[in-house]
Amino acid sequence: MEFSTFIFYFFATVLVLAGLGVITARNPVYAALFLVLAFFSAGGVWLLLSAEFLAIVLIMVYVGAVMVLFLFVVMMLDIDFAHLREGFWKYLPMGAAVGVLLAVEMGLVLANGFGGKPMPAAAATITGQATPVACGNNICELGRVLYTEYAYPFELAALVLLVAMIAAVSLTLRRRSGPYSEKYISPESQVAVRHEDRMMLVKMAAEKEAPEGPAAPAGAEGQ
Amino acid sequence: MSFDVSNLYSATAEVFVAIMILAIMLATAFARDIARGLAYVLTQLTLIVATFITFFTLEATSDFAFSNMFVRDPPGGILKLMVYLSMMVALLYGRGYLADRKLDRPEYYLLALLTTLGMMVMITANHLLILYVGLEMMSLALYALVAFDRDTARSTEAGMKYFVLGALASGLLLYGMSMIYGATGGSLELSAVHQAVASKGVDKTVLLFGLVFLVAGISFKLGVAPFHMWVPDVYQGSPTAVTLILSSAPKLAAFALALRLLASALPELAGHWQSMLLFVAAMSIVLGNLAALIQHNIKRMLAYSGISHMGFMLMGLLSGGEASAAATGYSSAMFYAISYALMTLAAFGMVVLLSREGFEAENIEDFKGLNRRNPWFALLMLFVMFSMAGIPFFVGFFAKFSVLQAVIQAGHFWIAVLAVTMSLIGAFYYLRVVKFMYFDEPVDNTPLNASGELQVMLSLNGVAIALLGLMPGTLLKWCEGAMRAAFVVGG
Repeated sequence: MEFSTFIFYFFATVLVLAGLGVITARNPVYAALFLVLAFFSAGGVWLLLSAEFLAIVLIMVYVGAVMVLFLFVVMMLDIDFAHLREGFWKYLPMGAAVGVLLAVEMGLVLANGFGGKPMPAAAATITGQATPVACGNNICELGRVLYTEYAYPFELAALVLLVAMIAAVSLTLRRRSGPYSEKYISPESQVAVRHEDRMMLVKMAAEKEAPEGPAAPAGAEGQ
Repeated sequence: MSFDVSNLYSATAEVFVAIMILAIMLATAFARDIARGLAYVLTQLTLIVATFITFFTLEATSDFAFSNMFVRDPPGGILKLMVYLSMMVALLYGRGYLADRKLDRPEYYLLALLTTLGMMVMITANHLLILYVGLEMMSLALYALVAFDRDTARSTEAGMKYFVLGALASGLLLYGMSMIYGATGGSLELSAVHQAVASKGVDKTVLLFGLVFLVAGISFKLGVAPFHMWVPDVYQGSPTAVTLILSSAPKLAAFALALRLLASALPELAGHWQSMLLFVAAMSIVLGNLAALIQHNIKRMLAYSGISHMGFMLMGLLSGGEASAAATGYSSAMFYAISYALMTLAAFGMVVLLSREGFEAENIEDFKGLNRRNPWFALLMLFVMFSMAGIPFFVGFFAKFSVLQAVIQAGHFWIAVLAVTMSLIGAFYYLRVVKFMYFDEPVDNTPLNASGELQVMLSLNGVAIALLGLMPGTLLKWCEGAMRAAFVVGG
């Protein structure tokens, strides 16, 4: 066994075990950490495939940003996990039966289809299609393909992100109009304020004084 | 390998809509007081201009661009035109409804345009990756629209349900695509998949395994029987203006998805996917019609009726396949999808018409005595209900007729009998609405005070259902010509 094969099996085993850990861990923080481990091992496998840029991006983006954010959310939100797991035992027999059945079927089909036979040769690898420009590294190749052949899906993916942005803003941004509305003062109107706006002089007819004399009505109520 | 700008010319409509989305986003961010009106007007303008672009670039041949990822062909052109039309009508109907409920924020129109763009991308896709990206763009925007009334528990619940189940369905579809990719030796382009399946001794087991997941994903997006669970809840929970969008244009896009994946990429497996769809269609027709019988909420009733209508549409799709039958089968399905979109728009348009500020006309009882309140709209609702029931000389009748004809030609006699029986049973719940309108006393005597544009458009929509029923020939011929150009001559 070559050394790289050994490395592959090592990473693959860790990946599968970590994946199992994600879905079986009782504590969501552990589940998230298992997912981090899964990403690391997937990154390792990608490195073996000499997709070093993607491997590093996977670790930087997913482990560095997404999972940390996820951990924050899990720790900050007070989710009642006992409540979420309530129906677990009730639905387990049905779910397990369907799951096992599906897994066996998939195993049979895939063993039949892919097992033992060599994989069909790739019709055209991405880099081998046209005369490749001397572009020694991964990033250069990726950039070239992304902005030429895959320009269309690349731009569409950007628009999908725009959908996510607009959706998130429209579902969560609140112009305070409820009881807190008075707390927000627009700086624009603060700057533009005139002294007439600060104090209002009201002209009104004189009122008859209360019979007790100068005693304030509010104070009288308190006694 | 370089990127040629001429690619962009083929996709003028898509590029235009994308640019307009960005422009509207910026314009509404700076226009403060008029943002709502501006977003609406610009959105409608965008759809109108896109209609012109697509109409004048309609050609009889297929035109590929972006390294064969994009295709502009006749069926795609017609479907895109119908998507624009459905969106325009749905936005027009929904405008007053949204304004009454303070929901007409500019984001609503942006999301509506983005979902339209997703549908356009799906309709013109010639590549598994593009199909998936288009589907996600459409679905993500729809999830947000369903939950748009964020202060109502029912709307957010519907959005959540739709999101979770939709993500699962996208996962199934993607898994199926990965199997196709693996089995065909790395082909993602639809024609390459077709060639790979046809030529080499490709492993059929893996292909079929992938096909099962593809059919499951498509069925979910169409909302047909074993994958229909989300339909009633989402239709009922979302604001009626969103239900209008949800029930019309995405069905056309999902039809395009089915057409591209099954008919363009995997015609070699037609026997297999036809038998799967046969089961799905039979089940949806039975379940949709029977479940609609016991509904009191008109949105739920129309949701179940939609399930059965999509079953009918699939009957047309599954009777294509052979080169000789392709044109009749696929074109009858397309005709069905288009006429269903027209009918469902009018039906939910009536629900919007009867609703007003602080009141949702959600129950079938709300239609009681409509004839006394407003005979013209009662007559239009009668058109819609008769057409949905498949009573002769409305467009729904011809849609059902051509689908049944195609399915009998394809030799599936039993499903035709089943479909006719079930639509007879189904006529009960459509006619019940008519009975309520004409023979019952009105419960609620508030005069209808919908905006003029809604009344005019709804009248046009109802009249179109009746007129297309009297002369279905042109639209039928269009559909057939388009399908013939795409599937018979071009292969």
